[in-house]
Amino acid sequence: MKRIIITVVGKDTVGIIAKVCTYLANNRINILDISQTIVKGYFNMMMIVDMTESGKPFSDMSDELFQIGEEIGVVIRCQREEIFDSMHRV
Amino acid sequence: MINRFEVDETNEMIEKENLDVRTITMGISLLDCISDDPDKLNENIYNKIVKKAKNLVPVGREIEKEFGIPIVNKRISVTPISLIGGPACKTTDDFVRIAKTLDRAARDVSVNFIGGYSAVVSKGITPAEELLIRSIPKALSATGLVCSSVNVGSTKTGIDMDAVRLMGRVIKETAELTKESDSLGCAKLVVFCNAPDDNPFMAGAFHGVTEGDCVINVGVSGPGVVKTAVSKVRGENFEVLCETIKKTAFKVTRVGQLVAKEASERLNTPFGIVDLSLAPTPAIGDSVADILCEMGLEYAGAPGTTAALALLNDQVKKGGVMASSYVGGLSGAFIPVSEDQGMVNAVMAKALTIEKLEAMTCVCSVGLDMIAVPGDTEETTIAGIIADEMAIGMVNQKTTAVRLIPVIGKGEGENVEFGGLLGHAPIMPVNRYSCSDFVNRKGRIPAPIHSFKN
Repeated sequence: MKRIIITVVGKDTVGIIAKVCTYLANNRINILDISQTIVKGYFNMMMIVDMTESGKPFSDMSDELFQIGEEIGVVIRCQREEIFDSMHRV
Repeated sequence: MINRFEVDETNEMIEKENLDVRTITMGISLLDCISDDPDKLNENIYNKIVKKAKNLVPVGREIEKEFGIPIVNKRISVTPISLIGGPACKTTDDFVRIAKTLDRAARDVSVNFIGGYSAVVSKGITPAEELLIRSIPKALSATGLVCSSVNVGSTKTGIDMDAVRLMGRVIKETAELTKESDSLGCAKLVVFCNAPDDNPFMAGAFHGVTEGDCVINVGVSGPGVVKTAVSKVRGENFEVLCETIKKTAFKVTRVGQLVAKEASERLNTPFGIVDLSLAPTPAIGDSVADILCEMGLEYAGAPGTTAALALLNDQVKKGGVMASSYVGGLSGAFIPVSEDQGMVNAVMAKALTIEKLEAMTCVCSVGLDMIAVPGDTEETTIAGIIADEMAIGMVNQKTTAVRLIPVIGKGEGENVEFGGLLGHAPIMPVNRYSCSDFVNRKGRIPAPIHSFKN
């Protein structure tokens, strides 16, 4: 399984989740977990996704999601799950 | 499964606390490049480095992108050139030609630095080693990316005082030849005792003869992360303080281990070691001195500094050792002056002197590092400072080093700007009493009694 952590942070607006999810669906990237909150008008979301079925290289996905984020005024960042696993799991 | 708090914690470390992997260093053996024909030798060296390291920088960037962790430097270390150049080099200029070849190869594979213009002369000097050492000033002034180191002593062999004396002169000559850029050449020159074979950090990295053909070593960093963690336990007892540092060091080192493993796989090169070092940069918040202040000192250098640093260094190791399968290199807190804004502040406040820094080097890695001294400091005085630092390493069975910059044309209290990661520094006063009759004695200081362990 190729698990990626996607974090989205920025000013809240309509359709952030919709935009991100549409992109993921179009690229056959499966969502495993979503956690989202709004603090003082700031949107903060973390998704765990699996891109095993997606033919897209990581680098392209990362760049395209970053671009979508720019369009809607949020920062979207993709990181492979291993960095968090290695830091927080023994 | 990973939760949001863990993701946020990691990303805050990266974004706000300057967590990074300081360097991926590829160690390359040049032993199979040896030839008695200078043309062939230089061609072999260039070809081997470019062949082995051509993917180092692209792979480093790929890892940075996929994990979202900055990898500040990609570097190369090579076998000490004194061992490689011997048969072909008859003059110092022959060695300088190799330095230029190293520089060209490093530029062509886009690394930040290449280390290994080195000699290991802990007990005695061969003619080739002496030629290399004498060529260092010219080599460092004629190149940009080449770093040089000379190991002049060890616990097992004692201190080669002939080499110490020679290095006093070489440092002064290097300063003279690079005086147009505030004697910057000296920032690329380190004198060692007990130099490790697998150090990934510059300027002292070389690929020792105990190593294989090619290896990946990684140096982690993270003073800002430790400082933030320590700030959350203000006023708590030492047990809490130590546990906090240890846990933080574990997390930082795990990132280094992951990067090392990935780089090793992608470059199809064996993983060597992770160097558990707290390496500061001039960036605000990326300072080892600031950790000491956060622990309760007004400035680094105040009474209590050596104890605080000993504690810090030990906890970093204890946390880091479990996080990595192989630990090596220098592994400890670095205390350079110019590369650490907190240290610079301490010097400006007259809280920190060379003598206090010397005491601090007894309990951490590595030594008197990136210290600007007046340009008219005598070469024998520099040799005396080196001898003192080497003695600390020899007796305490640890690595110690000296990287002093006598800034030609400048004196005590003036400021010197090196730029980039090398930072800036106020020129520190040096004890003016002479040691020339001592350092001018020939020969070597014998190994200490506790080195005879067989």
